[in-house]
Amino acid sequence: MEYVILGNSAAAVGCIEGIRSVDREGPITVVASEPYHTYSRPLISYLLEGKTDLERMKYRPDSYYEEMGVRTRLGVRAAALQPEEHKVVLEGGEELSYDKLLVATGSTPFVPPLEGLDTVEKQFTFLSLDDGKKLEAALTPESRVFILGAGLIGLKCAEGIARRVRSVEVADLANQVLPSILDEEGAKRVQAHLEKQGLTFHLGDTVARFSGNTATLQSGASVNFDVLVLAVGVRPNVSLVQDAGGRVERGVVIDSTGLTTLPDVYAAGDCCQSYDSTSGENKVLALLPNAYFQGECAGKTMAGEASSFTRAMPMNAIGFFGLHLITAGSYRGEKLVEEDGKNYKAFFVEDGLLKGYILLGDCLENAGIYTALIREQTPLNTVDFSLLREHPQFMAFSQAKRREMFGR
Amino acid sequence: MKRVYVEEQWCLGCHLCEVNCAFANSGLDDMVKALKDKDLRPRIHIEDGESIHFAVSCRHCEDALCLKSCIAGAISKQDGVVRIDKNKCVGCYTCVLVCPYGALRPSEEGPMEKCELCLGNACGEPACVTGCPNRAIVFAEKEGA
Repeated sequence: MEYVILGNSAAAVGCIEGIRSVDREGPITVVASEPYHTYSRPLISYLLEGKTDLERMKYRPDSYYEEMGVRTRLGVRAAALQPEEHKVVLEGGEELSYDKLLVATGSTPFVPPLEGLDTVEKQFTFLSLDDGKKLEAALTPESRVFILGAGLIGLKCAEGIARRVRSVEVADLANQVLPSILDEEGAKRVQAHLEKQGLTFHLGDTVARFSGNTATLQSGASVNFDVLVLAVGVRPNVSLVQDAGGRVERGVVIDSTGLTTLPDVYAAGDCCQSYDSTSGENKVLALLPNAYFQGECAGKTMAGEASSFTRAMPMNAIGFFGLHLITAGSYRGEKLVEEDGKNYKAFFVEDGLLKGYILLGDCLENAGIYTALIREQTPLNTVDFSLLREHPQFMAFSQAKRREMFGR
Repeated sequence: MKRVYVEEQWCLGCHLCEVNCAFANSGLDDMVKALKDKDLRPRIHIEDGESIHFAVSCRHCEDALCLKSCIAGAISKQDGVVRIDKNKCVGCYTCVLVCPYGALRPSEEGPMEKCELCLGNACGEPACVTGCPNRAIVFAEKEGA
């Protein structure tokens, strides 16, 4: 069996490890447009902050490809799929044959069509290592940075550069920061913390037009800046599958094994859709752990072991200037809040099941207990949920369950 | 593979395992210097109820969610032992988010730390087990394995 993987990030690594847990021998070729050893994309903000470096941010050790029996074609772009012939055409015309193919092509930052954007000299996106390097080269201690987008990418970027520039201003069309992962109350707390670090926000507002280094916002306010970062969202890279006739909705459509609608073509990670088990909806869950699990499942399936990944859900662990938060699942059903001056916890319960939660502050310890309740769809009447709401702990489970978890 | 298992019915709630764990992982050979007036940060934790006490620590899972979810590639498995490279960890808490056993907690310096069965420290075998006065924690193969 001969495998080709398009992509070299978490989904690709998951796939390699999935294949090799079943098939130690079949040749694997990784083709990726970026010329780098596999690295962790979410670490680029830590790189700019000086909390990691190019060596430490490698997602797997230097010896990885050799140990896993992987041939790499890095800095090479795939141009087309020919699923009937089981071939990938590379840029330049070379053809690669495969028996099983994984498309793990990730996503691309979305650049909105804003008036006058072409007049902005220093504009950057913030997703890849090259994005991070280019942004870093443009920054000086005097830079006034304007970030469009107060989501995960925009705010991590803000944290990464805040200490090395003069000022950071952030605008978002949403009325709150982190609109995709936080409720209003949680967002207020994060925003207040970020403002204490010197960040300025323009929320419920966005750019009407740019004119050189000035942005005029819809509210009429204006922002003068030296460096612009566009962090309004990402779009899945679906064109290879789409052009070959594969089904694409919000992302590449896959079944629970990772198979696309094209024969022997699998997909995983940010380029494809997941079935969110907490909402019952198909959506793009552009999250690193999700990419790994999808890739691993696809890899096992490609190598002939029956495998399915059905427990995808939104989940995020992230911190900004020392304030950490964890969120998971869907915010539906009854909302139960526990809060004090320091910490904020919200639980979402529907049909006797925990569907989602938000933890913000110094209350993250053992959070995985909550995630497991969601993942396993544990009926809350089988645990002491009032105890769990105080603090996630194993005392809230039956002795039998504890024995199953920790006993011999 | 041998793992640390908990015999809840024998646990006295004495917390000696936490003390021995923190000492074994301190890198020091004087317990007073290692622990006195220090934040213990053990990698095994006792939960105390009115009459129930038990220890919880890393299960070194076959299907280790922490390893597969780590955004930094800092968690790996060597001979069945799930280990974390604190030099690579950026302290993002993703492992805390996914681990159903509460096995990972931040070190004093920020990066996460976890039970590595004392294989990387001077103790060489789990200090929590060695020092347990009532054999409420054992280092053994799974029953029936």
